[in-house]
Amino acid sequence: MKAFRAFITKEFYHIFRDRRTLLILFGMPLIQLILFGYAVRNELNEADIAILDHSRDEVTREITGKLLSSGHFRLSAYLENESEIEQVFQRGTARIVIVFESGFGRRLIRDGKADLSIVTDASDPTMAQMLEGYTASIIEEFQRERRMQQDAERPPGADKVLHGDGGVSKSGITPEIRMLFNPELRSANLFVPGLIAFILMLVSAFLTSITIAREKETGTMEALLASPLNPMQIILGKVLPYLALSVINVFTILVVALVLFQVPFRGSVMLFSLLSLLFIMTALALGVRISSAARDQQTAMMMSLAGLLLPTILLSGFIFPISNMPAILQYLSHIVPAKWYLIIIRGIMLKGAGLDVLWQEALILFGMMSVLLALGISSFKNRLE
Amino acid sequence: MKNNGNIIEVNELTRKFGDFTAVDQISFEVKRGEIFGFLGANGAGKTTAIRMLTGLLIPTSGQARVAGFDIYTESESIKRNIGYMSQKFSLFNDLTVAENMRFYGGIYGLGNQEIRHKTIELLDRLGLTGVRNRLIADLPLGWKQKLAFSTAVIHDPAIVFLDEPTSGVDPITRRQFWDLMYETADRGTTVFVTTHYMDEAEYCDRVSIMVDGRIDALDSPVGLKETYGARNVDEVFVKLARGGVS
Amino acid sequence: MRTLFFVIEKEFLQIFRNRLMLGIILVVPIVQLVILTYAATFEIRNIDVFVVDQDRSPESRMLIDRFAASENFRLSGWSDAPEDGYNALLSGDAAVVLQIPPHTGRNLTRDGHAPVSLRFDAVDGFSANIASQYTMQIIRRHNEDRAVFTMPATDGSFSSALAGNTPPPQIGIHVSRWYNSELDFKIYMVPGILVMLITVIGGFLAGMNVVREKEIGTMEQLNVTPISKTHFIIGKLMPFMILALVMLSIGLLLGRLWFGVPIEGSLALIYLMAVLYLLVVLGLGLLVSTITHTQQQAIFITWFVFVIFILLSGLFTPIDSMPQWAQWLTLANPVAWFIDMIRRVMLTGAGLADVWQSCLVLLGFGLLTIGAAILRYRKTIR
Repeated sequence: MKAFRAFITKEFYHIFRDRRTLLILFGMPLIQLILFGYAVRNELNEADIAILDHSRDEVTREITGKLLSSGHFRLSAYLENESEIEQVFQRGTARIVIVFESGFGRRLIRDGKADLSIVTDASDPTMAQMLEGYTASIIEEFQRERRMQQDAERPPGADKVLHGDGGVSKSGITPEIRMLFNPELRSANLFVPGLIAFILMLVSAFLTSITIAREKETGTMEALLASPLNPMQIILGKVLPYLALSVINVFTILVVALVLFQVPFRGSVMLFSLLSLLFIMTALALGVRISSAARDQQTAMMMSLAGLLLPTILLSGFIFPISNMPAILQYLSHIVPAKWYLIIIRGIMLKGAGLDVLWQEALILFGMMSVLLALGISSFKNRLE
Repeated sequence: MKNNGNIIEVNELTRKFGDFTAVDQISFEVKRGEIFGFLGANGAGKTTAIRMLTGLLIPTSGQARVAGFDIYTESESIKRNIGYMSQKFSLFNDLTVAENMRFYGGIYGLGNQEIRHKTIELLDRLGLTGVRNRLIADLPLGWKQKLAFSTAVIHDPAIVFLDEPTSGVDPITRRQFWDLMYETADRGTTVFVTTHYMDEAEYCDRVSIMVDGRIDALDSPVGLKETYGARNVDEVFVKLARGGVS
Repeated sequence: MRTLFFVIEKEFLQIFRNRLMLGIILVVPIVQLVILTYAATFEIRNIDVFVVDQDRSPESRMLIDRFAASENFRLSGWSDAPEDGYNALLSGDAAVVLQIPPHTGRNLTRDGHAPVSLRFDAVDGFSANIASQYTMQIIRRHNEDRAVFTMPATDGSFSSALAGNTPPPQIGIHVSRWYNSELDFKIYMVPGILVMLITVIGGFLAGMNVVREKEIGTMEQLNVTPISKTHFIIGKLMPFMILALVMLSIGLLLGRLWFGVPIEGSLALIYLMAVLYLLVVLGLGLLVSTITHTQQQAIFITWFVFVIFILLSGLFTPIDSMPQWAQWLTLANPVAWFIDMIRRVMLTGAGLADVWQSCLVLLGFGLLTIGAAILRYRKTIR
């Protein structure tokens, strides 16, 4: 027991002496937290818009004014003719161009019909569609206001102007839409739990694998094995400091997230801690498994990167929704532990879900952990014999 | 300075690392063509001294000239005129013997023809022609060592610095290595070698013994044994380390 | 000058001798490119809908069929108890619950309108937003189709229309989408992912290579030779620059053949920009290597820096979506500049006239980082 304690103390010294690594261990999660909390998001602020107005009358000016004051668009240029559009896109000056045909206002009033074009740079198709949607609804609103105005101006008894507005609100099925769990639609609420999973993977798996591989590379592993410590103790000793670090890291992030970013925490703290511990152990087991396969640090790093971190970022639902992916990738995501963990902590933190709803995911995670632990320990022992 | 036949001149050379003085005001000269030994226990300051002389480290104070160049201001010129073999051997493990020689020959300014000739000549002299296309990693320690030495002198430098070249090698190979060094010195190259093997001191023309950063003795092996009344240099060293002279 | 040649020759020999590493360098990024492109998409598909049908009338079934038939939605479950719907949201089995209250069908026929409830899991607010727009579209279309067959009883507007009154002024909207008319998100992602790939090769590997020499000790041997530090550094950079460009070529080919990503602009321009960009990235990797002593530290610091750069580069989330201060920060981010440039050149056919300022910026960054690396690197320790 004394030998074990001495061993663990040495391991802790190793870690805390390496200032640079330590800085990154704690600094990186915090910085990423800030980035994900504030900067990395999908909400659209204002997109650059260019206007090509062949008409320049009251009506077009009014529509333009409406567009620019909607908060979705930022005027970047007035164009003179169609040939300028290409350059606008190629220079990145604007993402969307509105083209009013000449005599727009006159045609609208006299003929009852006028045309405008929305030209979008569809390189980013999602953005393009959103901008089209905003534009269309602003124009729809403009039309609605005009009609109501015209209606009001007509003398009583005269024929009413058709109030057509898609029919959604007036007749047929009328949807009541509610956004649950995250009514302000903040990206931070989506990303922060994912960040926790990512950081845990980084510290518990990535670092562990490299550390053990380093001992092999420098040859100190042999010395350890020759000591009175048994293999289990060696593994435990290597792994415990990172376990501690992970836990500290998670709680730091959590506190910052809750306090600074007001990410909600609606579920049970006990459940959260328990299942997080489960996940940490899974990650640690993965780290040990990789380290026994790797010959040196560089190999361990490459394997961890390709086999752990990338799948965690891509296939866990951290940033990109899994349901959007092609079927193969969706199946692949089932073996990524982080995917299940993410469902769990998003459920607990944002939805207040309990074990009754999350038991399947918890069970799967438990199963993964057991398998990996068994694999990790046995492979480690094999290396020694 | 050049006329008196000294190829290295050192005066009060000092190097401190914070509070720790690794090299403490050492002064000595090395004559052209001699085999000069730098003896001392591990940690005595030998490696630090050699790193200053080869232009890898700037001294804290003192002066020195190597091959006629000042170590503070003309270190790049020094490097052109010396060879160096570090403790860790210095040949690239993932290149072949020939590739290593080609590389070092090239960066010291030898022409392609010259490199080819030298490579054949050196390998021949070592009796290692057969391994010219083998990776360094695949060779036994003794061969690596000899090859490293030969590569260090491929450009016929004025001085070759060797830092513990015979560490970890069996006595026979060590003897063979010293034969190489004699050959090189015979051709006019000055050999500056550090070692902690006291028996190797006998092979040098002159020897200096470093203790705790200072040079406590400097003379030919014969001279040292006389002065300290010892049968071999090992005894000299022990007497010095104990702080007494007979 | 000759020494430079020998240095580069040695570097290439060493790189190509390490077969395993070479294999990894070439294969892994390709695999990444393919998987990443398929995975990194914000196109909303397969939205899981859980239906709580408390009505079970022909009307409700028609609506449910609409959703089932839509290619955006996927029916994930069915029940008549509202709690089941809520649980589906809690456990993540559904992204939206469509709840049709009892007597909906009857109300529809009698009054002409009836409410249904749509509750979205808005944890992913962006997707929820888009999903809600899709549901609106479906419902709108459903209502339109119904209106053709039904004659609402008391609504004055309809009968007025049928009586031939003045139609309202209509603004006709034509939508024209340039450069990616099929709205394939992958086409948008590939150029950015290519940038990420060469960043990893250029930034990580070059820096690690130098640190490894430090760790092994061959660095000292090189410091003792007359190799100038400039030659040494260029010798280190050149092979990785070339490797990265090879990687880029493979990636461009793959993008073109497999994903159908166009190369509208000049290929030569793309390579020119890539070289400028690689200078910056290699320089950064080198700079890191001058301040670290172990490979592990080098890996972490480089990783740290590059992750931040990539997150703030507009690769995954748009720069336009960032708060103002973050947008200012991206001006100092070479990755952001290059991604913007390569997207415009590859997808919109932008030419030198459209990107020359960005090229200059990259050049400036490159000189800065490599210059700093050269300055910091010392053959002689003080």
